[in-house]
Amino acid sequence: MALIQLQGITKYYEMGSQVVKALDGIDIEVLKNDYLAFIGSSGSGKSTMLNILGCLDKPTDGQYHLNGTNVENLDQNELSEIRNKEIGFIFQSFNLLPRANALGNVMQPLIYRNIGLKQRKQVAMEALERVGLGDRTDHLPNQLSGGQRQRVAIARALVTHPSILLADEPTGNLDSRTTIEIMQLFDELHAEGHTLIVVTHEDEIAQHCQRIVEMKDGKIFNDQVVEKGTAELTS
Amino acid sequence: MFFALIESSRSALMSIFAHRLRSFLTTLGIIIGVASVIAVISVTQGMSAFIGETFASLGTNSLTIQSYTPFEDQMKGIRARLTPDDLELIERRADGIASITPILYANRSSQIKYGSQTAFSQIMGTTYAYQDVAQSYTQAGRFLAQSDNLTRRRIAVIGEDVRENLSLPENPINEYVEIGGEWFKIVGLLDSMGDIMGMSRDDIVLVPYATMVSLQGNQARTDIQIQLSLSESAELEDVTTQLSTLLRNAHNLGSDEDDDFRIQTAEQLMEEFNQIIGMVTVVIGGIVGISLLVGGIGIMNIMLVSVTERTREIGICKAIGAKRHHILMQFLIEALLLSLLGGLIGLATGFGLGTLIANTIPGFPPASIPFWAIALALGFSGFVGVLFGILPAAKAANLDPIDALRYE
Repeated sequence: MALIQLQGITKYYEMGSQVVKALDGIDIEVLKNDYLAFIGSSGSGKSTMLNILGCLDKPTDGQYHLNGTNVENLDQNELSEIRNKEIGFIFQSFNLLPRANALGNVMQPLIYRNIGLKQRKQVAMEALERVGLGDRTDHLPNQLSGGQRQRVAIARALVTHPSILLADEPTGNLDSRTTIEIMQLFDELHAEGHTLIVVTHEDEIAQHCQRIVEMKDGKIFNDQVVEKGTAELTS
Repeated sequence: MFFALIESSRSALMSIFAHRLRSFLTTLGIIIGVASVIAVISVTQGMSAFIGETFASLGTNSLTIQSYTPFEDQMKGIRARLTPDDLELIERRADGIASITPILYANRSSQIKYGSQTAFSQIMGTTYAYQDVAQSYTQAGRFLAQSDNLTRRRIAVIGEDVRENLSLPENPINEYVEIGGEWFKIVGLLDSMGDIMGMSRDDIVLVPYATMVSLQGNQARTDIQIQLSLSESAELEDVTTQLSTLLRNAHNLGSDEDDDFRIQTAEQLMEEFNQIIGMVTVVIGGIVGISLLVGGIGIMNIMLVSVTERTREIGICKAIGAKRHHILMQFLIEALLLSLLGGLIGLATGFGLGTLIANTIPGFPPASIPFWAIALALGFSGFVGVLFGILPAAKAANLDPIDALRYE
């Protein structure tokens, strides 16, 4: 069974008297260990798509099965639990807690799982070491470079062992060299068996993925599988 | 639940210490409120405990009768008096009295001289019975005797302070002092009695009653005080009623007229003091209640600002799995800890202030905080924290994760 299954997902926003169709009848399946990119221009609905996939938002209509769970009838608290268990978010602006150090940020999702401090530290340390930041654990976000911050965010996403990693323009705030590093990390994670969904408007990023879904006006315009590793990132 | 409590406290403490100055200013209202209530309570409680001890040492079975003139009558030049006749009447007619003595205060000059030294003191004419009534005994020499009174001898028994003030020798017996132009021989030195309310009880000179009367001359105008102690079997109330009836008859008071004298017991005095202290405590407590309310509003205000400021953080936490109660608890505990910390600082400050006040005023009893005051201060500040923390915490918990994440 597919890890993610969307059937007839629509999302309408009311802007005054006008109804904006951010998503308009989306059907898609994502399999385990997929490496998928949503691309499209701004306003194409890919951000809304990410919010729905990440269980941050609920669709106006349609069905969403995530890892066998129908997300439709869950309340806010249950959605929080789903986000904690199933989804690892990686944001464009990193979204780290500014007053917590790297370790604290990575430990944060584990608090909501009622995991004790000692074990939290241990698991978080492993995650930080995985992203190559084992020596930066006590740095605050503002003492880290952009690339390091994004690594902390990736560690935070990995630490809960989610079924999918959701990345929203993960390299949008990074320079090209760091972009390569982060995308290499993504490739490695994919190779380790993680399921990755990346929302981006940069073709170079999308070319890293195995499957590219192009969105336009709230609809899926193109959905194609590509040969891995064909894209060359230039600096 | 317990786990969430610990984690919320941890992050609340972190956020309080991350903004030390702001946290301090936020909780300043609580600090001031609690500090003032604790300062007042510690001073009044110290005073009340001290007064209790002092009056217990005075003896609960002694009575003082003195004349009393209402202020209105004083303005008209009327003066109520207790006379030696009243004393005689009580001695003859009242039951249940162990000892009784008149006290006549020197009404002209309370000046006392020894050599070149001059001092002012409380000079009282009284009898040998005074030592039983006032529980005041001599450490050297002898007390006034009945024969001293009959023969109007010019002798004096002095308190420790008088001896010091006049630079009298260690043993002042047989030295001569001058009171009102007459020479008095010192026959006794009283035991030290300590202070009451900063007033020394050792600054007294006792002379025979009859001597004092003769010093004052015009006997018809004397207004004396009568002090008496009860015999062991006597009931304080019975004696008081009896004395009151006797004196009312003697003074020809009609049933619609008020007493022109006051019968005071040590216990009564203590109650009066405690009443005043209780009243002060209640009034200050009310004022402090208001200041805690204002402090609470201050906390609410800052917490609301803090929620707005941390909207994005709240969004992040919700995105990575925080439930409503996680966020609610975090902000509620932050408000609670803020006001509790304020309460604690206030407690320490208040006690320090109370101690300072007690130490600055000479003879003032040491400050003390009763346990209930600590519990009350912390309980009330905690209550304020929760009360005014709920609104901001609920606001934070109800934020929509997407809106919160987008918040700039």
